[in-house]
Amino acid sequence: MKLLRDTWLVFGRYFWIFIHNPAWVVIGVVQPLLYLLLFAPLLKSIASAPGFPRGGAYNVFVPGLLVQLGMFGAAGVGFSLIAELRMGVIERLRVTPVSRVALLLGRAMRDVMSIVLQSLILILLALPFGLSVNALGVVVVLALIALIGLLTASVAYAVALWVRSENSYAPIIFTATLPILLLSGVLLPLSLAPQWLRNVAAANPLSYAVDAARAVFLAHLGDPSVVKGVVIMAVLCLIAIVIGARAFGRAVA
Amino acid sequence: MGLGGAEQAIETHGLRRVFKTRKQVVEAVAGVDLTVKSGEIFGFLGPNGAGKTTTLRMLATLLPPTGGTARVAGCDLAREPDKVRKLIGYVSQAGGSDYEVVGRFELVFQGRLYGMSLAAANKRAAQLIEMLELEVCADRPVKTYSGGQKRRLDIGLGLVHDPKLLFLDEPTTGLDPQSRARVWDEVRRMHDRGTTVFLTTHYLDEADALCDRIAIIDYGKIVAEGTPEELKRAVAGDVVTLTVAGPQQAALDVLKGQPYVREGSIEESAVRLYVDRGEVAMPAILRSLDAAGLQLLTIGLHRPSLDDVFLRQTGRSLREVAA
Repeated sequence: MKLLRDTWLVFGRYFWIFIHNPAWVVIGVVQPLLYLLLFAPLLKSIASAPGFPRGGAYNVFVPGLLVQLGMFGAAGVGFSLIAELRMGVIERLRVTPVSRVALLLGRAMRDVMSIVLQSLILILLALPFGLSVNALGVVVVLALIALIGLLTASVAYAVALWVRSENSYAPIIFTATLPILLLSGVLLPLSLAPQWLRNVAAANPLSYAVDAARAVFLAHLGDPSVVKGVVIMAVLCLIAIVIGARAFGRAVA
Repeated sequence: MGLGGAEQAIETHGLRRVFKTRKQVVEAVAGVDLTVKSGEIFGFLGPNGAGKTTTLRMLATLLPPTGGTARVAGCDLAREPDKVRKLIGYVSQAGGSDYEVVGRFELVFQGRLYGMSLAAANKRAAQLIEMLELEVCADRPVKTYSGGQKRRLDIGLGLVHDPKLLFLDEPTTGLDPQSRARVWDEVRRMHDRGTTVFLTTHYLDEADALCDRIAIIDYGKIVAEGTPEELKRAVAGDVVTLTVAGPQQAALDVLKGQPYVREGSIEESAVRLYVDRGEVAMPAILRSLDAAGLQLLTIGLHRPSLDDVFLRQTGRSLREVAA
């Protein structure tokens, strides 16, 4: 009960900060739009290549784009936390009886909210290009993206609390996220990849999330890969929350 | 005041904190025994890096001690950190308010974190804004505040839940003299309301003017503790500072052996002598220097300051260390 109330309060604070900084809202919408306009047209010509899944270029591409949004959208959240560490905000919050889990969850929920919103906008924008989805599929995919966002945000906050400086945070986060994203087949399906690359990707949890999202958008909602992807993300998410909350409890700044 | 009769506001025994880095182990706080009485303004005086902030952060539940025990606001620090958090307020050196956020919003949010309803938190925020005279800026983002306004807001954030014990880490560092005086007034008003205030400072005048009792800390250890008066009395009767033409060491060598000089040293290129009675010592000093053929340039007599206390205990001047 206290956890829920505290999480709601902390969410409220960061939501307030979010809506008072329209730049983030605009960037959030413009980025996926750029991908749709500047990258997706390339897919038209390779959609007929051997190994490319059937079901339309956008139904293959948009799920990957959504997963990427989930991860990149949350990877940078540590920057604001580092700024707050410097301003003494985190110390000030930690000295109150507020739940440490809420300190993490409240702000991560705000990040997830913004990611889900952007995802929804992206899906709607892709519809006129030829994306075809049903409502249930959208809900399942958005839930999956929310999990990816929560997972990434929790890890990102833990890293930020650990390194406490932008100069260390940026290289760690970006060198970690890029291979994870590339090895999950977000841009192009791994069915196009040589065998060795597919073997490496099989060890990458995020590739299961991409498989799941793609299966949903290719109208295979009942496919076992969907459940597999969601469960893997949910378990990792839980572990990341525990790590992140502990980081908030310990934070030495 | 809610802390219950004879209970002290703070009591520590052998409080220690060790920081390990890749290269070395640093003992930031090396066994601190402290007692802070309920209702007093207690000052923690020492140069930068002496262990003031580390001690404060341990007592405010932000940093687990490496060793030792502490009771804060009547609760055991190690076993009941949540209880401690409800009873104390803490204002860090950095402050604690977000530049992008509106002051009033911060105060209301802080109140909510202590379990207040929205209505109660709004009311308390309005009260604090009036009390700390923040009406002109309360509804603007913190980045538009002057240094003094921001510091008052930060103090307000520490006072939201009307704590019995308030920790202030360097509350006036970086403030102009006027804002500094305002913060002092605010601390005195808290004191009048019965709040125990534990503050750190590296300003001697601040410790002297504001605090009921002081502990001087250096290299993680408390080197002296008492009221400012007690501490100054313990140093010596009076302090004589003088300069001569030529090297000061010559004058010190002459005077150090005299029976009326308790102790002497050279500080800031002047000879500094601790004597029992200045009015008796001065003529004798003049005679001694004359006899040695040294030309006196300046001489002054003053009551010992806290800097003299610090000097006596550590062998260094706090003014130099803090500079």
